[in-house]
Amino acid sequence: MNTEFQIFPDAASTAAGQVDALYLFLVVLSVVLSAFVAGLITYLAIHYRRANKVNREYVDHGNTIEFMAMAISFPILMGIFLWGAKVCFFLFRAPEHAMPITVVAKQWMWKFQHADGRREIDTLHIPTGQPVKLTMVSQDVIHSFFVPAFRTKQDVLPGRYTSTWFEATEPGEYRLYCAEYCGTNHSRMIGRVIVQSPDDFARWMSGDAASDEPPAETGRKLFEQYQCGTCHRPANEEGARGPTLEGLFQSRVPLAGGQTVAADETYIRESILRPAQKQVAGYQQIMPTYEGQISEEGVMHLIAYIKTLGAPAATSSAAAAAGGQPATPVAEPAAPASQDNAANETEGNTP
Amino acid sequence: MTGEIASTTGAALPQHEPKNYLNAAWTVRSWLLTVDHKRIGLLYLAGISFFFLLGGAAAVVFRLELMTPQGDLVEAETYNKLFTLHGIIMIFFFLVPGIPGVLGNFLVPIMIGARDMAFPKLNLMSWYLFMIGGCFTLYVTISGGVDTGWTFYTPYSSTYSNTYVMATAVGIFITGFSSILTGLNFIVTVHKMRCPGMTWFRLPLFIWANYATALIMVLGTPVLAITILLVALERGLGIGIFDPRLGGDPVLFQHLFWFYSHPAVYIMVLPAMGVISELVAAFSRNRVFGYKLVAFASLAIAVLGFLVWGHHMFVSGQSLYAGMVFSVLSMLIAIPSAIKVFNWALTLWRGEITFHTPLLYALGFLGLFTIGGLTGLFLATLGVDVHVHDTYFVVAHFHYVMVGGTVMAYLGGIHYWWPKMTGRMYPEGWARFSAVLVFVGFNLTFFPQFILGYLGMPRRYHVYDEGFQVLNVMSSAGASILGIAYLFPITYLIWSLKYGEKASANPWNAVGLEWMTPSPPPTENFTETPIVDFEAYEYHRNPADAHG
Repeated sequence: MNTEFQIFPDAASTAAGQVDALYLFLVVLSVVLSAFVAGLITYLAIHYRRANKVNREYVDHGNTIEFMAMAISFPILMGIFLWGAKVCFFLFRAPEHAMPITVVAKQWMWKFQHADGRREIDTLHIPTGQPVKLTMVSQDVIHSFFVPAFRTKQDVLPGRYTSTWFEATEPGEYRLYCAEYCGTNHSRMIGRVIVQSPDDFARWMSGDAASDEPPAETGRKLFEQYQCGTCHRPANEEGARGPTLEGLFQSRVPLAGGQTVAADETYIRESILRPAQKQVAGYQQIMPTYEGQISEEGVMHLIAYIKTLGAPAATSSAAAAAGGQPATPVAEPAAPASQDNAANETEGNTP
Repeated sequence: MTGEIASTTGAALPQHEPKNYLNAAWTVRSWLLTVDHKRIGLLYLAGISFFFLLGGAAAVVFRLELMTPQGDLVEAETYNKLFTLHGIIMIFFFLVPGIPGVLGNFLVPIMIGARDMAFPKLNLMSWYLFMIGGCFTLYVTISGGVDTGWTFYTPYSSTYSNTYVMATAVGIFITGFSSILTGLNFIVTVHKMRCPGMTWFRLPLFIWANYATALIMVLGTPVLAITILLVALERGLGIGIFDPRLGGDPVLFQHLFWFYSHPAVYIMVLPAMGVISELVAAFSRNRVFGYKLVAFASLAIAVLGFLVWGHHMFVSGQSLYAGMVFSVLSMLIAIPSAIKVFNWALTLWRGEITFHTPLLYALGFLGLFTIGGLTGLFLATLGVDVHVHDTYFVVAHFHYVMVGGTVMAYLGGIHYWWPKMTGRMYPEGWARFSAVLVFVGFNLTFFPQFILGYLGMPRRYHVYDEGFQVLNVMSSAGASILGIAYLFPITYLIWSLKYGEKASANPWNAVGLEWMTPSPPPTENFTETPIVDFEAYEYHRNPADAHG
């Protein structure tokens, strides 16, 4: 951790090497170009100072030099762009098998929950050699999840899930910062990520505090408590006033307005809190809003439970049938797309 | 030199105290109700210097706070209010109006051979709007304080902050109109008021730069005004625009805000580039290398500036594909900027260089702007920006571009045109010494911040890890030097008003219409309307070769 003077940060993730390589390339390029500009200016300024007897005859030069500069710089810039985009795709696309962890940020703390239910505050334990995917939401203002040693950062928004992932490589303790200004104690919204070897991590996971139940289980209880199942059931059953949730996650849902939307975490969250916003085609708007009644963690638990209700591939036809005849052809399941933040951009744009 | 005009106006200067715009009238009323663009320029100089000192003082206090990692000098809340005050004052009341307000107002009509701006009363009104908005914002930030940062990100600013956001927003809203009116005045003046013979490609590059800036001011500022108004409406009436609890979108604010505030960076730096063109040409006695491309580069930067706002939002949850588009466009803006740097450097080629203070500032500008521009590449590059976004790397970068660029050009320009504005010379020795001191102080302050940023120190941190302390101490030491360095020009320039050597009409032996009228100029700028039959920067000893 950063207690001693350094000029280069610790590198502890699979992304770090890639980001560092690009960064060092840019540093070298900048040093070379700055030295060139500085050298050119110094030489010209000294050589052509008034006291020197030199040739000052005016020469018309056209624009050759500028066009050469453009011709050289354009491919270099595009090369940097492509390299940066490649690194960025790596940073923002979590592998399929990544270990899920949920994060709720609030002024001024980080709340984590592992897949098995274990909760942590301001400290996150993860193993080396295992990709970890964080699904994050904020309870109040915008925060930003930033672990310098992992070279990745993602804003944490209220009202919408964002995600980030990393695969730690070096056991140790690393600083977690809030990077988006979030009010009075912004600079004290600091946590730590404890990276352990897989064995140590397994030992920690099975440790004494393992009493928290898995999020999906809590979600199932909430589902029963709020009696969601009264309405949300397959279309052929009696009382099916809402669409079934079987196979909902990551399927494409036809909306009353004729658009289709990818059923990602953000969509499900919105449908729980503000059901009228994106009304499913073929159903009446009768569901009450749960805004202010369920905590962010509660919503996350419900989503975890809904995720257990089957994948779209197995039941997508049933889901489509349950949703009534869609006004537009239902696109193929958007599983890869919803892995990244692009999923939110596709809303309403499907032909 | 085609000296027809110079011989009729410059050389015919009488030696006793002539009538000029300064001594035409002495009453306070004659200043406060003036419609003379030169007096309005000086009114801006007074207002802007005041705000600059205030914003600088805030910076010195929080840089002292950051000498130690614990946050022991001021409380967190005070610290947040200090950096907010610093940001708001420096951006909206110094960097944006600085060069257009002072140098632009003073010089645009003179440089194109006009008697005044197209709308002199509107010009006065924009100064009043600037001062009213400024004093209002200042009153709010001092009496109650605002802690949102100058970026006002929602929903913190619209719902959560318990400080005087709404009143501050109103102040900035008012000041925005000052910017719009100034821009409007510049555009119409450059289009309609040029003297006979002053074709577009005979315009000094300072005029091109201010013209491009004016376009951004007119097109961009209304967006900021509306955005700020929406924040105030959401705070006051609970309309759900930005707060998701009210059905709004927090990221929408960032789109609207940066749609103005990224181009605003060019509002700050384009006029600075215009000043640098003048300084480099005058002190190397050369036409600016690639004159036309430098002019077009100004326009290209103004246009591209509107298309890159999303590079502030790579980690905001914006889609990766949007990020890629903004990344490409941001890369492209490097090209006109790089062309300008090379053209200024090559203007020295075969020149006849004298190292007066304005040239020292111009060379300093080239150094700082090069570093600022190159580090901009890091931020435009997707993979690297994710790590350095919202860290001190960004703080260092935008200080190099905006502050390094604008302040060096502003000070260089003030020195260059000081004899014209006041009729007095500044003391050259002191001025050179402070120019070097500013350069050294600036680099010591901000260079360590690049390293801090890559190490991972987030910006706006009141307390920080001990590992960051050494670099922070360096930065704070630099800030102290910089703070002192700024006090020198303020002191000796005021001193020069009474004791400075009297300036001739053209102390630098420079070309340009402003040097063909007495120092200080008469109220009407020229005793008779000039006729231009020469190119801009026609320095060459053999005029026959210079055309082309």
